[in-house]
Amino acid sequence: MTMTVHVDIVSAEKEIFSGLAEMVFAPAEMGEVGITPRHAPFLTKLNPGEVRVKVSDKESFPFFITGGILEVQPHLVTVLADTAIRAKDIDEAAALQAKALAEEALVERSEKMDYATAQAQLAVAVMQLRTLDRLRKRGE
Amino acid sequence: MAIGKEIRAKIGSIKNTQKITRAMEMVAASKMRKTKDLMQATRPYSKKMMQIIRHLAHANPEYKHPFLIQREVKRVGLIVISSDRGLCGGLNSNLFRKTLSQLIQWEKSGIQVDVCTVGYKAGGFFSNLKKPRLVGKTVKLIDTPHLDDVIEIIKIMLDSYHENVIDELYLVSNEFINTMIQRPSIYKLLPVSAVEIEEGLRGHWDYIYEPDAKEVLDYLLIRYIESIVYQGLVENNACEQAARMVAMKSASDNAGNLIKELQLIYNKARQAAITQEISEIVAGAAAV
Repeated sequence: MTMTVHVDIVSAEKEIFSGLAEMVFAPAEMGEVGITPRHAPFLTKLNPGEVRVKVSDKESFPFFITGGILEVQPHLVTVLADTAIRAKDIDEAAALQAKALAEEALVERSEKMDYATAQAQLAVAVMQLRTLDRLRKRGE
Repeated sequence: MAIGKEIRAKIGSIKNTQKITRAMEMVAASKMRKTKDLMQATRPYSKKMMQIIRHLAHANPEYKHPFLIQREVKRVGLIVISSDRGLCGGLNSNLFRKTLSQLIQWEKSGIQVDVCTVGYKAGGFFSNLKKPRLVGKTVKLIDTPHLDDVIEIIKIMLDSYHENVIDELYLVSNEFINTMIQRPSIYKLLPVSAVEIEEGLRGHWDYIYEPDAKEVLDYLLIRYIESIVYQGLVENNACEQAARMVAMKSASDNAGNLIKELQLIYNKARQAAITQEISEIVAGAAAV
């Protein structure tokens, strides 16, 4: 019997996942982390990217978050996401469009969008597309 | 027939009032459903946030964030969340009564109070009071509040906490138990303190922080305050609609009873008038 840890993923809008998992992967600010059961207490900010909950060898749930906080206790992992959606629900067309829009704003330095927002939106869009790519590579 | 004209007019006006209260009841019921959904949607986030903060209070961070340090209390800050509009039963007055008794306690121990209010009702109430200093207020909240609406008063309070003007920060708002029951509550936001010891958190331990303790804690604690205050706002909104629905329902019922009573009086008066008329005619005929 493999060890499991309780995982809660909540966004500001709703609770998106709650249950036991063998391992959790999250895009921490200093690089991606993988959390196994009985991990030491750990607290970090999260970047936009993919949070993957591995429930068993066969089954894992990918989510996309736009940033947030990760708290790890030996028996508990909590992801407080700003916004979170199931990775499958990512709208590729919208992400591509957002990316194009943000890039355009960065190049033109237009007044429609200020530099920081444009950069943040670009990061989110790029990470959404990358998450989709990874999803496809894993054959899901 | 001039009989009972006043009574009929009265019944008419009560019927009109009843129409209004019934309409308000239905509007409040539909708004309550919306605000309740919003409240339930955002609840897990703030619950989890509180849990993390409780864990944090047990940890022994190498970096002492000001929000985690207990100071001697000379002045406390209060964020009072009320509704913008009245006609919602005793919702706001219950809240203010609870606040007042707390204020009196503080005054007895020589602690001064700064107040920030959300909503017209609290704004009006506290600007009439002499004692607590009103340092900020915000009004005109819509049914789906945004964090931006309260960010200003949060900033006022946090700034004065940083400048050692206030030593503790409390949130006063209504708690949504169910549609019939709303409970006023006073919740201590700052400094974060460990209330009860949770299982498995005993002993000397600390988090591993990435990138470093200061940055993570700064971000987390601000987030914590914002999410709790926002949750209070959303919850108070649901309370307001629920309380209004109940108040308007009882107003409609009351109007119904009143109409019934008046109708009875009117019928009796009419009956008496007819009887009198007949007996007059009969008496007249007999005389001839």
